[in-house]
Amino acid sequence: MMHCLLAQFDLLEPFRSEIGQRIVLVGALTNVACALVGCYLVLRRMSLMGDAIAHAVLPGIVLAFVFSGSMNIVPLFVGAAVVGLLTTFLTQTLHQFGRVPTDAAMGAVFTSLFALGVVLLKWYISGVHFDVACVYEGSLIGVALDTEFVGGWEVPRQLLIVLPMVALNVVVMVLLWKEFKISAFDPGLATTMGYSATLLHYVLMALVAMTSVASFQAVGSILVVAMLIVPPATAQLLCDRLSRMVLLACVFAVLSAVGGYWLAHRWDVSPAGAMAVFAGGMYGLTVLFAPQSGIVSAVKHNLETSLRILREDLLTMLYRTEELGGRPLTAGNAIAAIGGGWLARWALGMLKWRGRVVAEGDGLHLTSDGRERAKRLVRGHRLWEAYLVKHLGLPLDHVHGPADRVEHFINQPLREELQRAVDDVQQDPHGRQIPDFQL
Amino acid sequence: MIGQSITFNVMLGTALLGATAGTIGTFAVLRRRALVGDMLSHAALPGICLAFIILQSRNSIGLSLGAFGTGLLAIAVVTVITRWTRTKEDAAIGIVLSTFFGAGIVLLTLVQRNATGNQAGLDKFLFGETAGMRGSDVQLLFATAIVSLVVVIALYKEFLLLSFDDDFARAQGWPTLALDLVMMGTLAVVTVVGLPIVGVILMAAMIILPGAGARFWTNHLGRTLLIAGLTGGAAGAIGTLLASPLPAQWLGVPVQEFGLSRRSIPPGPLIVLTAAAFFLFALLFAPQQGVIAHVVVEVRLRLRITREHLLRALYELSEPSLPNRPKISESQLHAHRTWNRRWLKWWLSQAEVHGLILRADHSVQLTQAGLVAAAEVTRTHRLWELFLVSNAGIAADHVDRDADDVEHMLPAALIEELEQRLAATGKLPMRLTDLPRSPHDIWADG
Repeated sequence: MMHCLLAQFDLLEPFRSEIGQRIVLVGALTNVACALVGCYLVLRRMSLMGDAIAHAVLPGIVLAFVFSGSMNIVPLFVGAAVVGLLTTFLTQTLHQFGRVPTDAAMGAVFTSLFALGVVLLKWYISGVHFDVACVYEGSLIGVALDTEFVGGWEVPRQLLIVLPMVALNVVVMVLLWKEFKISAFDPGLATTMGYSATLLHYVLMALVAMTSVASFQAVGSILVVAMLIVPPATAQLLCDRLSRMVLLACVFAVLSAVGGYWLAHRWDVSPAGAMAVFAGGMYGLTVLFAPQSGIVSAVKHNLETSLRILREDLLTMLYRTEELGGRPLTAGNAIAAIGGGWLARWALGMLKWRGRVVAEGDGLHLTSDGRERAKRLVRGHRLWEAYLVKHLGLPLDHVHGPADRVEHFINQPLREELQRAVDDVQQDPHGRQIPDFQL
Repeated sequence: MIGQSITFNVMLGTALLGATAGTIGTFAVLRRRALVGDMLSHAALPGICLAFIILQSRNSIGLSLGAFGTGLLAIAVVTVITRWTRTKEDAAIGIVLSTFFGAGIVLLTLVQRNATGNQAGLDKFLFGETAGMRGSDVQLLFATAIVSLVVVIALYKEFLLLSFDDDFARAQGWPTLALDLVMMGTLAVVTVVGLPIVGVILMAAMIILPGAGARFWTNHLGRTLLIAGLTGGAAGAIGTLLASPLPAQWLGVPVQEFGLSRRSIPPGPLIVLTAAAFFLFALLFAPQQGVIAHVVVEVRLRLRITREHLLRALYELSEPSLPNRPKISESQLHAHRTWNRRWLKWWLSQAEVHGLILRADHSVQLTQAGLVAAAEVTRTHRLWELFLVSNAGIAADHVDRDADDVEHMLPAALIEELEQRLAATGKLPMRLTDLPRSPHDIWADG
């Protein structure tokens, strides 16, 4: 159906056509509504409750539809909120009184309710416009075509449902901002301070259920789950403040709608699915490239630290050979001595390139710059050894190892402090000179 | 209309699926990975579509391999996310589940757009299509069941250890990661095979419900697996049967008047609802861990505690005039401790029935048997008080409440030990009616 519609309306410019604008508008608002409540789900580690509720509301919707006899949104909201709260309540009860692990309790409750929903659906409503597939995928295109005139504007009917939902979520979030904030991070503290964490929990769950229903028709349960979890989780990777996280989550939600629709239009596929994929893609990119917590920056940081430690080990090793007055080390020996491998070779290359080590004939020699740096390191190392012996009373043969690990992280203030702590001794416990150096 | 033999064929298939999913799912439930089943079944969709796009056929082996591939990928991605980012496991599962499923929907629309006539079958992976089961499907299910059974039997003790104490397993040098992969891999295989039969969501139910329910009946892993397998299988068979026209035929009701119109209610949800009914039954009626059993134990304990409080109160009130058994007015009894009046009344009548007390116009008198029982109860209380005062260094005016909390739970062996220890320090008078004197004034905090 979808591709016929797309072909029929010939959407060459995705965002310039009115249908495209409506789809993006409805999608973005839906996503924002979900992301707002989703932030708290993610923070309270109850993301899958969003998944559970988004599926479990089905029997509520069906019963509301059967009893009210219409697709009027108010009974649907009531039915969904009731079943949503029931899901939470049953999960908690199973966990507390049946001692079922939370995840199994949740799984048991929502799948059973969903099955009940499907049976009720088939029993009462045979084959009308209420389709299970719609629960999964939604029909953004159908929503964009189903319009109404409000004050002279032709707007999608779904907008009149989703817009109030966003407003409701925003109002509740703003009014209960600090209460939700504190219960998201420390429910126990919230309760002791007099805000019932349980009550807040149920308020949140009711909002999740109502948001799910408001979004169903447009985007289907799967995108509801995606939008409840993915944008907030993406935002969480990027910041440490709740206010920023909520705002960022909303930005990601809007981006998913825009980008998802663009993909869907490009490849002529389900817009809801494409939005979920786009959101997942943004999450994946954030996981890789987030400035602080991203995997790439973590790997880079680890690599830089390893290289620095290897370089410093090389420098101190050359310094010690010099000190002993033996034959200078060959490059091969030096690399083998710090563990070998491409990383060690790279570290030696960097030292040469930065002019700290020169190769003369067979052996490696420190330049004066390299020697100063090596002195600094060896000084830290030996001061640390002296400190360990003097203040911790470690035996002589136990101090080299710890000092070897710590020497890379001893800076000038710490060196000065150590120097005072060991009363300016000139020799380390092994009887070697503690080198002095010019800053 | 589905004929009888076809129905039985389908029942055999769903029973096999239910039994296999229930058995393997038990491990997922025990390892707190119940929702991994949910994730696997969602994550299978893009694999199925990709396999279809590549193979251009509906060969179930090919599609299953695709589903298996994306399922394993999903597990790997969740592991990476939880390990290396600050996203928690629940959010990771949610992200992977929805993104993979979204990709599945996207691919599904692609497949449907390039409709080639035989593509329609992919829809069944969403909602399941039990009735369309063929003989080859039953054979595949049978093979899966055998394979999973072999895996479970061969790795029984490894899985046992992994399920209950994986840290210990790791410390013992078991290859936990590999074992985990085998476990999750088997789960993925079962999920993939079951998907076209019951659909995405309901497959998760088949994995979770039997295992979670079986846990109530026993604490023994082998029995849990057996019960999970049996209930899963039974749920499969009964659900299919309920969806078929057979019950209506057997009841002699004309099919049209049988309320349910069979064509429209698919077996999948009915199977799940049957499994849910088994679960609910276990939850309520399991002999030791069921909710009703818990309530009974709780109520019994409260009743016993009230009875013991009553007996001790009577003893304490009778104490000044022992060995005579004085009549105690009910108002005196009311004033002695904080009672729930209605409970007290009920208990007095109960005690009378059991021959512990005699009642006459608003007064109560212990019988000889009642005195013995009351003395026993009081003895336990005072022994514990004495112990707290002498061994735990608690002030005499603080021990009554503590002893009150604990006395009902003291096992006979501990009481004996207390007696011996107190006797050894010469603090225990040994005759039954000659109780240790209360270390505090009874009226002071009665």
